[in-house]
Amino acid sequence: MLTIFLIVFPLIAAGFALLAKGESVKRIAFLFALVEFAAALYAIFQFTPGPAPQFVANYPWIASLGISFHVSMDGISALLVLLTTLLVPFIILSTFGNSYKNPSAFYGLILVMQSALVGVFTARDAFLFYLFWEAALIPVYFLAGIWGGERRIQITFKFFVYTIFGSLFMLLGLAYLYNQAGTADLDAIYALNLPAATQSWLFWALFIAFAIKMPVFPFHTWQPDTYSESPTPATMLLSGIMLKMGIYGVIRWLLPVVPLGVAQWGTTAIILSVIGIVYGSVIAIRQRNVKRVLAYSSFAHVGLMSAGVFTLSPEGLQGAMVQMLAHGVNIVGLFFIMEIIYRRVPTRELNQLGGITQNTPNLTVYFMVLLLGSVALPLTSGFVGEFLLLAGVFRFNPWYAAIAGLTIILSAVYMLRLFQGVMFGQPNEQTALFSDLTLAEKATLIPLVVMVFWIGMYPAPFLKLTEPSVTELLRLVVR
Amino acid sequence: MVDLSQYTLTCALIPFIPLIGFLINGIGFRHIPKGLVGLTGSAASILSFGLSLYLFNAFLAGGNQSFTVYLFDWITVGDLRISFSFLIDQLSLLMLLIITGVGSLIHIYSIGYMKHDAGYGKFFAFLNLFLFSMLLLVMGSNYPIMFIGWEGVGLCSYLLIGFWNKNTNYNNAARKAFIMNRIGDLGFLLGIFLIFYTLGSVEFTEVMPKAATVFGVDDGTVIAITLLLFVGAMGKSAQIPLYTWLPDAMAGPTPVSALIHAATMVTAGIYMVIRSNVLYTLAPTTLGVVAVIGLATALLAATIGIFQNDIKKVLAYSTVSQLGYMFLGLGVAAYSSAMFHVITHAFFKALLFLGAGSVIHAMSDEQDIRRMGGLRRHLPVTFATFLVATIAIAGIPPFSGFFSKDEILMHVYEHSPVMWVLAVIGSMMTSFYMFRLLFLTFAGTFRGTHEQEHHLHESPASMTIPLLVLAILSAAGGVLGLPEVLGGGNWLAKFMSPLFDLSRQVRPESFTQTHLSHSQEYILMGVSVAAALLALGAAAVLYVSRKAVPAPEGTRLPALQNLIYNKYYVDEFYNNIIVKPLLALGDFLYGVFEFLVIDLIVNGVGKATNGLSGVFRRFQTGNIGFYIISMVVGIIVILLINLRGFIL
Repeated sequence: MLTIFLIVFPLIAAGFALLAKGESVKRIAFLFALVEFAAALYAIFQFTPGPAPQFVANYPWIASLGISFHVSMDGISALLVLLTTLLVPFIILSTFGNSYKNPSAFYGLILVMQSALVGVFTARDAFLFYLFWEAALIPVYFLAGIWGGERRIQITFKFFVYTIFGSLFMLLGLAYLYNQAGTADLDAIYALNLPAATQSWLFWALFIAFAIKMPVFPFHTWQPDTYSESPTPATMLLSGIMLKMGIYGVIRWLLPVVPLGVAQWGTTAIILSVIGIVYGSVIAIRQRNVKRVLAYSSFAHVGLMSAGVFTLSPEGLQGAMVQMLAHGVNIVGLFFIMEIIYRRVPTRELNQLGGITQNTPNLTVYFMVLLLGSVALPLTSGFVGEFLLLAGVFRFNPWYAAIAGLTIILSAVYMLRLFQGVMFGQPNEQTALFSDLTLAEKATLIPLVVMVFWIGMYPAPFLKLTEPSVTELLRLVVR
Repeated sequence: MVDLSQYTLTCALIPFIPLIGFLINGIGFRHIPKGLVGLTGSAASILSFGLSLYLFNAFLAGGNQSFTVYLFDWITVGDLRISFSFLIDQLSLLMLLIITGVGSLIHIYSIGYMKHDAGYGKFFAFLNLFLFSMLLLVMGSNYPIMFIGWEGVGLCSYLLIGFWNKNTNYNNAARKAFIMNRIGDLGFLLGIFLIFYTLGSVEFTEVMPKAATVFGVDDGTVIAITLLLFVGAMGKSAQIPLYTWLPDAMAGPTPVSALIHAATMVTAGIYMVIRSNVLYTLAPTTLGVVAVIGLATALLAATIGIFQNDIKKVLAYSTVSQLGYMFLGLGVAAYSSAMFHVITHAFFKALLFLGAGSVIHAMSDEQDIRRMGGLRRHLPVTFATFLVATIAIAGIPPFSGFFSKDEILMHVYEHSPVMWVLAVIGSMMTSFYMFRLLFLTFAGTFRGTHEQEHHLHESPASMTIPLLVLAILSAAGGVLGLPEVLGGGNWLAKFMSPLFDLSRQVRPESFTQTHLSHSQEYILMGVSVAAALLALGAAAVLYVSRKAVPAPEGTRLPALQNLIYNKYYVDEFYNNIIVKPLLALGDFLYGVFEFLVIDLIVNGVGKATNGLSGVFRRFQTGNIGFYIISMVVGIIVILLINLRGFIL
């Protein structure tokens, strides 16, 4: 029941948000998101360590077709539900300094999206999963299409075409699996022993959908545009949570479903991912728009997660788990920093910023900590995941690890360039008047910074949460 | 047996006290009064030093038993178990004493030196953070904990080089240091992975015995591991080809140059090799590489040092060069000799930098030695201590540098007389450029402006007392490793000896007792001392008697001199072969590849889909809203239809 509550509650909250008038909707949405977070925390504390799916709810839905409303949480789901419910309150809180036209719709959509995301991470039925998968997209289309920047229509269209394209393949794959199993239930699908040739094409049908969502090279060209043109809260949802849908999809709906397909194509997927790491990083170095630097950095980081997952090693998968959480915290924090700067100096161009640190000891420190998390400095959030992911890739093939490892050099290059361009140097006319963080901004950043250090210094609780499920999953894949 | 539990708290406090100091000064920055800031920062360092001394004593009293202090499990995945724990043995204790000891002196010095800086609190916070990281680096009982400290000191180095962050050149220097170090760090990281996957552990106490049984001498894997780790050492300890960041790092405040870029951080690479001595002993091929790179770096940097005119740049190249000597020592498996030089170098090089700081302070931030001269009258204490340090680094007895350098040279001679000759030539150059620096700065008459001359003054006691302490250490530090031939017992080598027990087992021949007779040893010593004195004489003739002053900027220099003066154009070379191509690649990928190739394919697929979907033309209104609404409606309808089955 708890799982259903976590899915349904944000929908109810969205209903309340739609009824609310004016700016007060922010606070209402925030409160609801906090309750949702508290419920998720409760679930985590109630969680019995072990691989078994928990908080199961399984009701026949379209019984005649073998489709059921089957949701549950194992450690992997629990971590992603935690990520989602943790980040949404911050994403809402980060907007307290902005005002959007038609706020009730804006916040309603964010909450609807949360509901769908939790659904994606907990569904154990192929039909249900697909439903939530598509439902998660709708709010983002609206958020980007209505509240986005100047080129929003054109860019949202590109995003739309891309994702629909991917989803069609996935639908095809899932429909085939459903047909073979005679039911849409995940366990039945896991139990299928499809011939290698079938798994081979099924791999691509499913992988393309997930690869577009993450995105993996070369399915990424929708991403930098969408990230930079969307309103920042939507960008945070996209980068902080939605890209994890792709990784999660691979872990839950690809690896154990088509193990023979993975055996055949896994190396290709790793190679594409590793190319993406270097490709994204090299491009990030040359970006002039601060949001695009972060967009390409996110693309590079997700490449490493994807590569790690396909190594089918405990290091790679556990690394991906902890890195999903860490990346969510880092990237949401960094996009928020960019928003804070945009509020004071309305430009995203790197060459129009600079010298901000002179007036802003607080901003400098928070920015620096989030940046260190992103460049994976040990004892901050990014390191644990990156270390494990690279270890996983190294186990798979040391040469791939050497190339993927370029991320630790290149991320330093583009992130320090960003930091120097924004914060250091002589202030210009506009940045000279820059004011330090407001209380609300601090309130948003402090917990994120705490998370950066927590994940970096003591990742054991997160690793322990997912470890049994990851072990179980590997047992299913490597059989 | 030593009771381990008794020391857990002491060990934990040694790095964590500076961390607390960092937090206090970092969070309280701009709120805590200046006096308290300096006191907090220095007290943190001094307390750590006190605890280190206590621990050292306990260690000696306990019969030199090394032990591990376990704090908690950091990362555990599958077979990989990384615990947050510290290894206390001869090596970590020596490093602890250097770091906290020299660190404390530099903290005290900074109270005076940084007095008028607006970022005073920030400065002390960063210094304490550096101590924390450096202490983790040397205390960690496994490679990943060492790596935490390794990257942590890199961050502090970055923050302190770019301390005056309004200046773009300084910021670029800071960034360059961080990035070059990260190149090394990648090697280090891959080395850790290779160690883990071949030996099944990352703990020093498990890795080394396992390596001794698993690997034969010059096994391919052990060569790969040691080379990868050495790449890390090249970055951190500024060896060819990753040395160019260190001279630029002089942009940081001078106490930082003394602490981080001379005495402690840059010796981390040497520490790492000594820590992994079993692996290196198993890989003579790697040791050969280490020796050659060390020697080449020592010579290259020394030649550049001869023509530099910035007081800190001369010292920077001298540091690169001296680090080269240490690696040369490591390369001939003279591990404890290299450590000896780490220790004496920490004393005299910290002293030289602090002395330079005192000069810069007196000269109103002037660093060009062409505009100095005659300062000995105005800064008598600085001059006297600088002189001691110069004699020490030049390798003239009886000051400390002579003994440590000579011990390395002795081992080099046994290994290869050719290398010995080159090394002696290098130490001749060392002596020359150091006395050149000393004479140009302190001898002769003042060449700066009137304003500067009027302002000249000796530094306050908070600055001169650390100078005096370091001068005593630089003068007398040699007693730590006084060789037998001169009537000493080489305490240091004996103390460190247990660290190399395993190495001796796996390859006894690299540790055979010296086959040099005493008279041969005397001759070798005599030659190197004579070479140093000869260079001293040459410098004296040139810069004291003939009062030569290096040519001002913009003068046409002879080709070779011009080449060296411009540091062999290595920076420009790197810029052309790495930086520019990387940027061009970025532009190409973004400007051409990203938009033409990939988008064309995507749009092509889009168009193809469009063509095929003619059947559905009726629904293609081109309106996104329509698509989305129809999707929503569809989903809602499905939900509604099935709601019955769901509820009932």
